Amino acid sequence: MNNRMTHLKQLEAESIYILREVAATFEKPVMMYSIGKDSSVMLHLAMKAFYPAKPPFPLLHVDTLWKFKEMIEFRDRRVKELGVDLVVHSNPEGIEMGINPFVHGSKVHTDIMKTQALKQALNKGGYDAVIGGARRDEEKSRAKERIFSFRDKNHRWDPKNQRPELWNLFNTKIHKGESVRVFPLSNWTELDIWQYIYLEKIPIVPLYLAKERPVVEYEGAKIMVDDDRVPEELRKKARNEVVRFRTLGCYPLTGAIESTASTLPEIIQEMLLSKSSEREGRLIDKDQEGSMEKKKIEGYF
Amino acid sequence: MQNTQQQSISDNIEKYLKEHENKQMLRFITCGSVDDGKSTLIGRLLYDSKMIFEDQLAAAKNETKKYGTVEGEEIDFALLIDGLQSEREQGITIDVAYRFFSTDKRKYIIADTPGHEQYTRNMVTGASTADLAVILIDARKGVLTQTRRHAFLVGLLGIRNIVVAINKMDLVDYSEARFEQIVKDYRQMYEQLRFSLPYKSFHQKIDFIPLSALRGDNVVEHSERMPWYEGEALLPYLDTVTIERSEFDAFRFPVQYVNRPNLDFRGYAGTIASGTVCCDDRIIVYPSKKSSRIRQIVPPLSPEAKNEEETKEAFESMAVTLTLADEIDISRGDMIVKEGEKEPYFSDSFEAMLVWMDEEAMKNREYTLKLYAKESNASIASVMFKRDVNNWEKIETKTLELNDIARVKIDLAEKVAFDLYEENKKTGAFILIDKITNNTVAAGMIAGVSTRQKKERVYTEAEKALNAYVREFYPEWGCKPC
Repeated sequence: MNNRMTHLKQLEAESIYILREVAATFEKPVMMYSIGKDSSVMLHLAMKAFYPAKPPFPLLHVDTLWKFKEMIEFRDRRVKELGVDLVVHSNPEGIEMGINPFVHGSKVHTDIMKTQALKQALNKGGYDAVIGGARRDEEKSRAKERIFSFRDKNHRWDPKNQRPELWNLFNTKIHKGESVRVFPLSNWTELDIWQYIYLEKIPIVPLYLAKERPVVEYEGAKIMVDDDRVPEELRKKARNEVVRFRTLGCYPLTGAIESTASTLPEIIQEMLLSKSSEREGRLIDKDQEGSMEKKKIEGYF
Repeated sequence: MQNTQQQSISDNIEKYLKEHENKQMLRFITCGSVDDGKSTLIGRLLYDSKMIFEDQLAAAKNETKKYGTVEGEEIDFALLIDGLQSEREQGITIDVAYRFFSTDKRKYIIADTPGHEQYTRNMVTGASTADLAVILIDARKGVLTQTRRHAFLVGLLGIRNIVVAINKMDLVDYSEARFEQIVKDYRQMYEQLRFSLPYKSFHQKIDFIPLSALRGDNVVEHSERMPWYEGEALLPYLDTVTIERSEFDAFRFPVQYVNRPNLDFRGYAGTIASGTVCCDDRIIVYPSKKSSRIRQIVPPLSPEAKNEEETKEAFESMAVTLTLADEIDISRGDMIVKEGEKEPYFSDSFEAMLVWMDEEAMKNREYTLKLYAKESNASIASVMFKRDVNNWEKIETKTLELNDIARVKIDLAEKVAFDLYEENKKTGAFILIDKITNNTVAAGMIAGVSTRQKKERVYTEAEKALNAYVREFYPEWGCKPC
């Protein structure tokens, strides 16, 4: 324990250590950039870790083509402001098939536009280390996830074949064709993320803040009508409501919450007083029990 | 979460945030088996500090019906916190899980490890990053073999703060006499333990808390059912306990990454392992032993934050980038220390306590040793003895298998700078990596320096002939016979 550092400074220092370890020991690292709040924090940490240089790895965004418009605008603006490299990949086969979550459902959409697209992007880029923003507090199956999580040649995660992690001595050795997923935010909680964003004044996508938006009930969640690909019968039923999003993803799969929290402190306040966990708004987790673990074995981040 | 905290969140969130910016972080490990009520205790800490939400609670209620080991309407906390589907179905825990909660004062990270014997490696892993250990004892059963195992492992990993949580007090009628007996037994065991650990000046601060995780006695609030107990409940104890530290305070800076964005800037990035450093301090770099002076200390800066500046002083755990006044050759794995402070050991051989972590037994081959950012070829020159994790007796052996704990001599291909683990964990801990499988096969703690016994070199017939040829035809080279 360190008496001279606050928990946020310590988390920051530990994440920076992890990012530098990746840069120093892998040949071709890449940082996943999902445009969400965790990605914003991760990008901020990467800028700090290598200052005055730029991060020695590009960002990778797997674009499912169903992200909120505001997310894409935010992404392009941040990349320009910070002068970092960005690689964007969408699954060309998925585009050809015209994958549509409203038609094909969340399972097929996520598999083709996210899981398969990610595999394509990683194979194409030949990355040996993929930095992701997952946190251990997000979901039960992540509590045991390593910071350096080992993947075989097919990007598969084998829960029985993970290396022990002792002290801060990470084993970064891999064979050709294998890779690691690295999670520098492993030990951060949702509250830590928000506090750090607040303290460091890190820009985030405005969708996190409450505003009047057109929403409609869809499969038990309130989704936003972000463009006219929303089926007409749903669009007709849309109403303007003051809502915000606790997590960001594909707009047809991301449930809005009723909220008037329009500033960061209000978001944090709402989170602290809330009675439900962060992932509740994500439709993909509810498919089946233990579904995150299954997705991970299949290669989903 | 206490109502007062909720109230302050509702009343003035800005003030609340300001207060919470200054929290400290405490990592602890919980040692005990499911039978000791470990999951119940963790579940309660998480639930009371609101890290378990209503939707997760509802899911756990569903699952309790399916897999639970708990009768009636009680929620099986073990299901709430156990992660992997495969292990949930078997009802056992197979790995280290990290759990998080926080109070007004501290953010906590719990390394939750199974207490089962063959999982020594899990406990060692969890203990390696912990500042404090909570050792659970079932009040009905007292100090058991597994308690000795837990005490030994957390001692071996150098944890200086121990909380012995004597659980299930409700099942012994909250008996003070029973509590006192267990305290006495544990203390007796500890006296013995100190002689079994390789650390000379190591001692632990040990406190005992009688509690019932199931009923919530002495977990968050002091229990009225045990008025004879004058200490604090577990959570307030954790909130205020001072973490014991080694007295070691010399500056150690392992160079992690050389940052060279342009010709004008050559920075050495790393996390300060111990001590403090100021601008203009005289430093020495290992292994070259070249000296220089600190020119700049660059903290982690965001290019967008205009108000941050270079810092004049940096201390332990800070991730900084240093620049030096002189251009000397420094690379990843080097160590920067301060002139005039305690020097690190500098040797190509040391003695260490080694925990074998791999399914495959130790082989007579070279391994990659990783010590801070330094990687070096290493071999286990000899296994001096291994220790039984339960009775702490020395056992003679030549080889090591999964979960074995041994004192070994390690030879390195080059001289490296290091400290003893008991003085400085950051520069005295290492792992061994198998060069073929790339597995992490062992974890080590440096316990002493040793002298390398150079093996007598054996020459082949061809080499002997070459030597004879050189001596005969080139006497002016002054070649020695082999």
